Amino acid sequence: MSRTAPDTVARAAPRPSPRATRRLPVGGLVAHAVLVVLAVVYVFPFLIQVANAFKTDGDATADPLDLLPLPGTTAAFTTLFTQLDFPRAAMNSAVVAVAVTLGRVFFDCLAGYALARLPFRGRGIVFAGFVAVIAVPPVVLLIPKFLVLNQLGIYDSYAGMIVPLMADAGGVFIMKSFFESVPRSVEEASYLDGAGTFRTFWSVVLPMARPAVVTITILSFQASWNELSHFVVSRSSPDLDTLTTLVATLTSGGAFGQANQYPLKLAAAALMTIPVAVLFFVFQRQVMAGTEGAVKE
Amino acid sequence: MSSDVATATRTPTSSRTARPSPHGRRQARAGWVFTAPALLLVLLFVGLPVVMAVWVSVSGWRGRGSPFASGVPFVGLDNYRTLLAGGGLPTQDLGTALRNNFWYVVLVVPLQTVVALLLAVAVNRRTLRGRGFFRTAFYFPSVTSSVAIVVVFLFLFSASGAVNQVIGVLGIDGPNWFADPRGVLHVLLGALGVGESPGALADHGFIGISWWEWLAGPSVAMSALILLAVFTTSGTFMLLFLAGLQNISAEVEEAALVDGASSFQRLRHVTVPMLRPVLFTVLTLGLVGTWQVFDQIYAGTQGGPAKTTITPAYLSYTTSFVDQRWGQGAAIAFILFAIIVVLTLVQRAVLRGDRT
Repeated sequence: MSRTAPDTVARAAPRPSPRATRRLPVGGLVAHAVLVVLAVVYVFPFLIQVANAFKTDGDATADPLDLLPLPGTTAAFTTLFTQLDFPRAAMNSAVVAVAVTLGRVFFDCLAGYALARLPFRGRGIVFAGFVAVIAVPPVVLLIPKFLVLNQLGIYDSYAGMIVPLMADAGGVFIMKSFFESVPRSVEEASYLDGAGTFRTFWSVVLPMARPAVVTITILSFQASWNELSHFVVSRSSPDLDTLTTLVATLTSGGAFGQANQYPLKLAAAALMTIPVAVLFFVFQRQVMAGTEGAVKE
Repeated sequence: MSSDVATATRTPTSSRTARPSPHGRRQARAGWVFTAPALLLVLLFVGLPVVMAVWVSVSGWRGRGSPFASGVPFVGLDNYRTLLAGGGLPTQDLGTALRNNFWYVVLVVPLQTVVALLLAVAVNRRTLRGRGFFRTAFYFPSVTSSVAIVVVFLFLFSASGAVNQVIGVLGIDGPNWFADPRGVLHVLLGALGVGESPGALADHGFIGISWWEWLAGPSVAMSALILLAVFTTSGTFMLLFLAGLQNISAEVEEAALVDGASSFQRLRHVTVPMLRPVLFTVLTLGLVGTWQVFDQIYAGTQGGPAKTTITPAYLSYTTSFVDQRWGQGAAIAFILFAIIVVLTLVQRAVLRGDRT
């Protein structure tokens, strides 16, 4: 049975007429065409976004479908960098995303390793606790998180923006599963050489977990770069605006919120997409594999 | 489930700690030290918030000073009562938010699941050329921030925007999407000649709004947000389905082929039943996710037009942060939590029972 043309068989078997077999390439072509149309539908919004960022307000409103705005204008970008504090928001986003990612990855690895490999009393309960935390819907925590930050006196500070996002039960879970797949013999050799627990973890086991570490690094960066709701409840001063909160204020009114100022908003949205887009295209395989693994039951 | 996990992981622990060698004791200490940071973070920013919010939801705290200060009154279930049965504006708003989110869930969950499944089946075909390109194209929207996507959709669906220009070519006069509060079902009923509510539906209601209002369907504005949700999530779920499809053995597929099943029959009777576990995950994640819409509302519509896009999550935020009714805001969060838990359990039961 040929594997390359399963459709031939499917269509030919019930009514094996020559006409039916000839329908195959047409059917395949139709399916392919449908996919191409769908792909265009998925990609088109991003093309429109970039193209209209280089138009004047009037052109964007009058002719949004024109994908080649020649000669084009960079007025929107100039406004972003001169009249709005876009660079500062970008820096805040970067600082927060990098700090959150470093913290998450380090703590996830430590905890994941302990839960997978280090026998200690109460390990089962601790693990069950992490699993229970995954089940709490984040939006339910919005108001409560503000209450805690306020009580701790770190509302409206970098600490308040960064530290709570480091809590990441899902990452602990991923790392635990991965460490369980590392053969024990590796560690035993290291212990026999007289290395301590942390040393064994750090210089023997962790390097072997590279693929999983890359995956949670990318997922963490992406999540904290794109985060909005936590920064809505953990800060209020414009100095601490991240890209997400800044762009959200652009769309929700204020001096730049007028309905027709779309090039400005689209330019901001396009710029804020660049880092995650680059990361995605560089580490595409890991991102996709990670998404599959992270949510698999 | 969690208790199974607990016992399963504890077994090796007890056998080890039974003979405490110096190495074992050192490892046990290291175990706690290694877990401590992650555990502390989770307790501080998930455990403690939940406890504090429980208190605030039964208190009369107005946002001044600490909610644990001695002057803050205990009001019992008053906040919940005002919200669910008070009959005033808070009840109306909650009813509206639940209605809006209900229609959002009812449309987004099936749509994103079906789209994701079809994309996965199409992209999984061995004969397809450019599989990598298609996967990337469909998954990319999932990578970008919800704020950025909302900006793009506000533009696409504006009065003279790209969407209206495209459907204008087909001779359809598109609505001013994000300014249109009309319920889609009301519009359809109006087209059938039912312009006004039958008396019984208008006179009776549930959580502050009449049954006729419940039957409005998603507003035109909400419909655009529904399309946005399908656009951004179908790629993620496509990946889950793809992982599941790779587990279906080629032999099963071939057996169906030999039996003369058509592509649709194969999808219906072979692929979907074998994807059951993935389908379960996708539906659960979809259900839990769609009841939590916040970003799109905060950055996009702020609940408008005419409150037709407020959701419980957004209402909980505005009630607390804008109106300073913190007790009610926290109570809304718990009502939402309860809805999510109950619906997930119901869905589990339905899907389990369905199997036999």
